[in-house]
Amino acid sequence: MELIFIFVSIARPVGNIFEIYKQLEERNVIISFKGVMTSEILTTTLQIMESRMDKLEERPKIRKKVFNVLVECLQNLYHHIDDDIDDKSTPQNKRNCLFMIARENAAYIITTGNYIKPEDSPILEEKLDTINGMTRDELKSYYKQVLNEGTMSYKGTAGLGMIDIARKSGKKLEYDLTPINENLTFFSLSVRIQE
Amino acid sequence: MENLNLEGSAKTPTVTFDGGNGTLELKGRSIPENSIEFYKPLNDWIDQYATTPQSKTTVDVKLEYFNTSSSKCILDLFKQLEKLNQQNTEVHVNWYYEEDDEDMAEAGEDYQAIIDLPFKMIEVEEI
Repeated sequence: MELIFIFVSIARPVGNIFEIYKQLEERNVIISFKGVMTSEILTTTLQIMESRMDKLEERPKIRKKVFNVLVECLQNLYHHIDDDIDDKSTPQNKRNCLFMIARENAAYIITTGNYIKPEDSPILEEKLDTINGMTRDELKSYYKQVLNEGTMSYKGTAGLGMIDIARKSGKKLEYDLTPINENLTFFSLSVRIQE
Repeated sequence: MENLNLEGSAKTPTVTFDGGNGTLELKGRSIPENSIEFYKPLNDWIDQYATTPQSKTTVDVKLEYFNTSSSKCILDLFKQLEKLNQQNTEVHVNWYYEEDDEDMAEAGEDYQAIIDLPFKMIEVEEI
């Protein structure tokens, strides 16, 4: 494990930290982060992963795929954190998110987690299931269709992120939507990349 | 008209738009969080160039990485050039990709399928 950023206030005994560490180690995590995603964290993470893959002498093909998928996953966290989630029931910051990058048997696993509004949950689920039900060729035409017909949001997102992640990883998108309460749902996504 | 030269960064490509010889080059990586902001000056430059273009315009895309936010902006740039092609300049696109980079080759094909401009796919060892 090279680096862990954990931005939590440590109110609990330090003994618990080893538990967190062990869990990350068991998952072969290279980097993990929990907090609010910023442009700087994004840049730094990409730099760390590039030099890490360089050191591991990964082949250019997997290196590029990991980099591409990572950019999309992290930028999703950067863009799709709702500023207007209305929930006062828990003290945590709703703009917080989590990501973990693990390397396991020559495969990279990128996992992300963030809060969404419960009403957005069915739309997301439908979109991901549609993507997961598509063949390689179908994904290619779907991408072209959204690219050509879609409009850009004010945040500069084009609705192509998940399609691109599925195309580049060549795997089904594993995801989970966990209802927290009437105002919050937690969305987790895990993408596997290997040659 | 003035040339547009932008130095590349960790998230943005090197831009070399030369109105004098009609060559427009994008090189490096294009992964900014908000690409609209980055591409706006490029669109504006092409609008200007469209008023007095060279008889031949060559577009060299030498990208190592680009994100989906940029992909939309790159499409808009091609659409601008597509219009220009029907006026008084012949536009050619050279799409470079590194050998073994199927994803980048495929990305070029995607644009080729959408855009009505002659595309040349060029495989190189390193961009």
